[in-house]
Amino acid sequence: MNQAVQMEKVKKKYGKKTVLDHIQLSVQEGAIHGLIGPSGAGKTTIVKLVAGMETPERGFVNVFNERMPNLQVLQKIGFMAQSDALYENLTGLEHLRFFGSLFKLKKGEMNDRIDYVANLVNLTEDLSKKVSAYSGGMKRRLSLAIALVHNPNLLILDEPTVGIDPELKLQIWDELFRLKEEGRTIIITTHVMDEAEKCDSITMVRNGKLIAQGTPKELKQVYRTENFDRVFLLAGRDEK
Amino acid sequence: MRVTALIRRIIREMVRDKRTLALLFIAPLLILSLMYIIFTTESTDINLGVVNVNEQIIEQEEGNFSIQEFEKTEGLKDLVIKEDLDGLLQMDGTNFTLILHNDDPLTARSLYAKVNQILASSTQQQAMGQMNNMELPQLNMETVYIFGDEDTEFFDVLSPILIGFFVFFFVFLISGIGFLKERTSGTLDKMMSTPIRRWEILTAYLTGYGIFAVLQTVFVVIYGITVLDIVLVGSIWDVLLINVLLALVALSLGTLLSAFAESEFQMVQFIPVVIIPQIFFSGIIPFDGMAEWVQVLAKFFPMYYGGDALKEVMYKGNGLSDIQGDLLILLAFAFIFITLNLFALKKYRKL
Repeated sequence: MNQAVQMEKVKKKYGKKTVLDHIQLSVQEGAIHGLIGPSGAGKTTIVKLVAGMETPERGFVNVFNERMPNLQVLQKIGFMAQSDALYENLTGLEHLRFFGSLFKLKKGEMNDRIDYVANLVNLTEDLSKKVSAYSGGMKRRLSLAIALVHNPNLLILDEPTVGIDPELKLQIWDELFRLKEEGRTIIITTHVMDEAEKCDSITMVRNGKLIAQGTPKELKQVYRTENFDRVFLLAGRDEK
Repeated sequence: MRVTALIRRIIREMVRDKRTLALLFIAPLLILSLMYIIFTTESTDINLGVVNVNEQIIEQEEGNFSIQEFEKTEGLKDLVIKEDLDGLLQMDGTNFTLILHNDDPLTARSLYAKVNQILASSTQQQAMGQMNNMELPQLNMETVYIFGDEDTEFFDVLSPILIGFFVFFFVFLISGIGFLKERTSGTLDKMMSTPIRRWEILTAYLTGYGIFAVLQTVFVVIYGITVLDIVLVGSIWDVLLINVLLALVALSLGTLLSAFAESEFQMVQFIPVVIIPQIFFSGIIPFDGMAEWVQVLAKFFPMYYGGDALKEVMYKGNGLSDIQGDLLILLAFAFIFITLNLFALKKYRKL
């Protein structure tokens, strides 16, 4: 299997503050990779590096064997940010059209994709409403639909399930599994441990440093526990 | 095209934001109208004293323009002050002397224009009588000011500059806040995760807001000239061109400065620092009286050139060739700000 994402010895600083140091990361194509850590650990910075929105001070980031940032590769990446970056005055449909055109989707393909992703996130009925009339959950769902609109090979989701009801959360995970079946790669950040267990592989970060990496099963074996919260706590202690 | 998609989105957002639209189109008209009302109510009655002039001139008395005859030939200035006249016209052969009280420059100005008009028409009538004389007789009129001098043209110069200033101010504010919203809401980040290029974003922003800036300019200029009777001696196309350039500078400056603001409130904080000084250096206040270093400083403000060009066209009636220097410098300002914008956007993605 090919590597979808490869990070080597990445160091990232904001001003004088080092937010990431020595980050190694390798995600196989067709895998769901979880980035786990408390808030402020550097998860968002890692996904921004993968999406080419940040560049590392040291080390490199490759996506589909191309050095990031790279505009051609961005065409294959779907990014869902932590905050709902939406235009209050526009409707859901207008959002999907706008971002679809930024990816240069053809008209027929665009309409098909919009129907598909809207249905996927249960927003078909609400597409003509302005976002200002959306609930928090609806906004999250629209953000996810936007990230999927151009049928990306790599999907980057920054805390996608925050503020979403359990049923929809389940639906989203079903869809992520389905995308995985199609051979797509998914990177997801979360601090909810039950989500971590659904990933194929996991990277735990804390204070900008790696604290553990492996499959959920491996990690549980290493730390001899069935409880993922405990894995995280034990890994954190090791680091100190 | 990505650029057109972004332009369409900007226009759509703007059209749905009625308040901002009102700020862009109604607010300048409101302020201009207010200033018009305030500055024109003072010039109701004009009293002209005349000494030794012919009947033709005295017959021109009408409405709020009254003429009083005097027999004196000396101490005329004292007479003007004592009788509280706005001016006194004295004829000596073919020479006229107009003494302007000039306690209120606006009245003095309109009186001056009025007298000029009367004398011109009366000399024209005389010329009609002498058919073989092809040339119009030279009008000799000396103007004496009791207070101030002919440079006291404050209000006449005010309106053309104000039009330019409003365009500059509102375009700066709206484009700056618009781009700031894009930054703070995370949508700029989101856009940067798509293959859009930085120059495409900037082009779309300049065009999208530029369309509104042009509409606003046309709106304000036409309202000012037709409804408020603002002096326009030169070509309206030149006026529009100057204002569009000013808008472009304001647009690129607004989006640039939004990079240094964290919130809408911080954007508003730029107004006293960046916008208000533009008024002082726009030519509303004459530069001659300013210290030399201030005159040098003025040259770093876009409104210095915008104000000068507008004054040249609207008030003095000069053409493109007289203002091309100003226009080129405005273009240079816009070019510099746009380039800096491209660099400022690197913060969001290196490519």
